[in-house]
Amino acid sequence: MTGTLAAIGAGLAVIGAGIGIGNIGTKAMDAIARQPEVVGDIRSNMILMAALIEGAALIAIILAFFA
Amino acid sequence: MRNILSILALISLFYQQLPAQEHHAEVHHETAEAHGECSCHHEEEYSPSAVAFHHIADANAFHIFGDLYVPLPCILYAPEQGWSVFMSNAFEFGHHGDGKNAVEGYVLHEGVVMRVVDASFPREKVAVECFTSREAEVDGKKREIYQVMYEGNCYDLDRKTTLDGGMLGGGISSYYDFSITKNVFTMLLTVILLLIVFLGVAKAYRTREGQAPKGMQSLMEPIVVFIRDEVAVPFLGHKYEKYLPFLLTVFFFVLGLNLIGQIPFFPGSGNVTGNLAVTSVLAIFTFFVTNLSGNKHYWEHTLWMPGVPAWIKIILTPVEIMGLIIKPTTLMLRLFANITAGHIVIIIFVSLIFIFGDVGQSLTGSITGIFIAVPLTMFMMSIELLVAFIQAFVFCILSASYISAAIEEPHHH
Repeated sequence: MTGTLAAIGAGLAVIGAGIGIGNIGTKAMDAIARQPEVVGDIRSNMILMAALIEGAALIAIILAFFA
Repeated sequence: MRNILSILALISLFYQQLPAQEHHAEVHHETAEAHGECSCHHEEEYSPSAVAFHHIADANAFHIFGDLYVPLPCILYAPEQGWSVFMSNAFEFGHHGDGKNAVEGYVLHEGVVMRVVDASFPREKVAVECFTSREAEVDGKKREIYQVMYEGNCYDLDRKTTLDGGMLGGGISSYYDFSITKNVFTMLLTVILLLIVFLGVAKAYRTREGQAPKGMQSLMEPIVVFIRDEVAVPFLGHKYEKYLPFLLTVFFFVLGLNLIGQIPFFPGSGNVTGNLAVTSVLAIFTFFVTNLSGNKHYWEHTLWMPGVPAWIKIILTPVEIMGLIIKPTTLMLRLFANITAGHIVIIIFVSLIFIFGDVGQSLTGSITGIFIAVPLTMFMMSIELLVAFIQAFVFCILSASYISAAIEEPHHH
């Protein structure tokens, strides 16, 4: 039972992270389409932001399995 | 996309594993009670999650194929009996990494050295029969304790001491393992490779001053310049020279370990950056570099944020102090989870062959499994290659952003 609940909690965390990273992706693509000359800056900032969101999701997942 | 995929796989894996383990332990417990003594259970059904967890774990020998292993030195210390130093082939590798011998009270189970706790167990080299496990309650938590059978009796096995204080299931046990394990070997190998490459490149820069880069120099210069221009300079400004060596070291160390971890056979295959201990030490470096170089401005904003009402400061200060610890913790977890999840997904895809083939019972199933597993594994490995670079870069860029927050000069409005 605990295993099932932990899996649901981890799944919810992943849904949140998925929405967040998806938003970053769309906005970054929009920005690149508008200003292709700054593609390098946009890409590294996109990776940085995705990494930050991923960090929150990973903490949630790890906590879900420890709790 | 890739992260979500691997996280989903990780979840399904945990999900499958928990009930399976309980079930398995229960069955064994009953048999143990029924016979009044222990017995060795035989091969249970094929469990992909058990295989995956076995493959990402550290071990005292390198598995090549079948019963062929590359031995590694074992350096063990138990307060009761002192130091024991020998090569791990003294155990005589058997099926599934189980040693056929016990050496000085130590046995090899699933490639990992464990110690027999019972003092009546002979401390010289003796042949052991088989390995089993029992369920026991330790400090209110259910633990699986491995056992070794010798002359019809079962002896409990102790796992090596870990410093996690029981948080991850370890703790102080009856012995300490200082062995050159698979992970330590891979780490030393990476360090030697990096030293050879970078000492050579550094020498080339001294002897070929003013000339165009050549050979290994041409490979390394764009990467170093990329880290300097895309990571160090934008974040750290004019102080970048002080922190560039740290950032480059972290980047190349993580990248080297990630790439060597991708090689599925002998000199590679060590899952080093997928080990929490390694990533936590790297994160602790970032923690110290960040906080030791923090200026007055940084500490003021952390401990007593200026410009906000006092009652908000009381809430804000604990949050900021938690933030000091959470930042390196996410660095640690991100690298660990990405690399581990990638490795697990690859092993699960390879396991499809065994699942479809009914563990060697059905040839048609195996062939179908191969046609499904090979493209999926190739796809996953190419993504893993990308992730090896991205995670090294992310570790480096996040370290730089934390350091830049600590050394930022105050700007007055």
